[in-house]
Amino acid sequence: MPRRLTIGAATILTLVVLWFLVTSVLGLIAPGRFPSPQATIAALDHVLFRGYAGGTLVEHVVNSLRLVLLGFLVAIVTGVPLGLLMGWNRTAEALINPVFLIIRPIPPLAWIPLAILWLGLGDGAKIMVIWFAAFVPSVINAYAGVRTIEKPVLEAAAMLGTPKLRFIVEVLVPAASPMIFTGLRLSLQASWTTLVAAELVGAFYGLGRVLNVAQQDLYPGMILVGMIAVAILGWATTKGLGMLEARALSWNQAAALAGKG
Amino acid sequence: MPKRIDFMRSVLLGFLGLALFLGLWHGLSASGMVSPLFLPSPVEVLERFSTLLERRFAGATLPAHLAASFERFAYGFILAAAIGIPLGLLMGWFQILDEIVSPIFDGLRFIAPIAWVPFAALWFGTGIGGPIMIIFAGAFPPCVINAYRGAKFVDPRLIEAARMLGTPNHRVITEILLPASVPSIISGLRVSAGLGWQSLVGAELIVASTGVGYLMVMGQANVSTTTVMSGMIAIGLVGLALDTALRFAERMIQRRRGLEV
Repeated sequence: MPRRLTIGAATILTLVVLWFLVTSVLGLIAPGRFPSPQATIAALDHVLFRGYAGGTLVEHVVNSLRLVLLGFLVAIVTGVPLGLLMGWNRTAEALINPVFLIIRPIPPLAWIPLAILWLGLGDGAKIMVIWFAAFVPSVINAYAGVRTIEKPVLEAAAMLGTPKLRFIVEVLVPAASPMIFTGLRLSLQASWTTLVAAELVGAFYGLGRVLNVAQQDLYPGMILVGMIAVAILGWATTKGLGMLEARALSWNQAAALAGKG
Repeated sequence: MPKRIDFMRSVLLGFLGLALFLGLWHGLSASGMVSPLFLPSPVEVLERFSTLLERRFAGATLPAHLAASFERFAYGFILAAAIGIPLGLLMGWFQILDEIVSPIFDGLRFIAPIAWVPFAALWFGTGIGGPIMIIFAGAFPPCVINAYRGAKFVDPRLIEAARMLGTPNHRVITEILLPASVPSIISGLRVSAGLGWQSLVGAELIVASTGVGYLMVMGQANVSTTTVMSGMIAIGLVGLALDTALRFAERMIQRRRGLEV
């Protein structure tokens, strides 16, 4: 849609010019409240090459990214199978669901103080809260995914005497995978929010730490750099997951077609 | 008959699951394998919860902290709805506005609400203004997105019919477009309330000096695990109550519309 693209680009350009005008040229916004473009670039240069809040930008990004991916992976590995089990097995559902319903309303951010009490300010506490943030959507959507499978499919598999392992790998997981991916997208967003919060509360490295130190130093340029970095990372990881999803689900569709033929 | 047995069985299993969970928790802390400072028993947490209802901790009783939190939440949430819903509707109705605002909105969306904390503190202080801005940042996007979807995906036949009958523009808006987007708006409000409440907790962990989040931070600083857990319970209960109330509103509106049609 070229019209949409042109207008979008024009908007962004106008905003940047406006930003420059009100901060640098007209001085309508005090530099202590919001940084000018030059101040932002200077802050970027500062954190990129000289380092800020205990490391360079690359080090902070690597650290945050590593924690998000670790917590996210642990959550998937534990949450998706649990959700599948709950969707598939009535007894497991009846046994686990009430406990889950009690824990679920507690927002992931509320686990941060407990995680710090248990594991301190290091990586362990971050992974724990990210795990928690990503765990709940993983479980719920895997569970819902199994529930969307049509009964005849399950009955056909049962009638043909499909062995359990093959049933899981070839029926349960593929059929539930669209919902599983929806869950993963929600999980990923929750992971980022939680990590930034956890790092703001207390950390040695990471983008949240950069934001925290910049806030204490009253350094608006650095705050903006930190926020932009968080946004770019959130966008990039979401995009990456989307690509993974497209690949996984296209395989799925092909498999379904092959099955029909 | 078998259905009833099934129901009884799942209720029993549910209680069994809860009992197992609480028993394991209690057992772990009672056996002395885990220090009670680290993992207090459920009974101790409940005792602490009931003392906090009357005794002051971190400057106020638990209900007073909750009231402070809820006041912030209400302001932020109402502000997000009051700005977000009209914006979303206008974006859905007027393509040019959609094309101008969407690129900005898409860029801002990837910034985790919590990442606004430094600017919020810088611009509005840490009393009530800063946290309100964080809640706003969390609750705003779902309001916009759902109002937009509601406005955009109105059945075109309805609009065409109205146009053909010569309905004036403002009546098309008040009598077709607005009512048609209500269900989507309400479900957006539910998502908003959840995200806003969670953002509030995050904001209070980092910047506030009253509220449940602050209570938990002080509990953490005093190594009072029972206080932290009591805070988590309170947050979970309020979040659950909010969600239930909005769910109820959603159902009521659906039912009323069902009667009208």
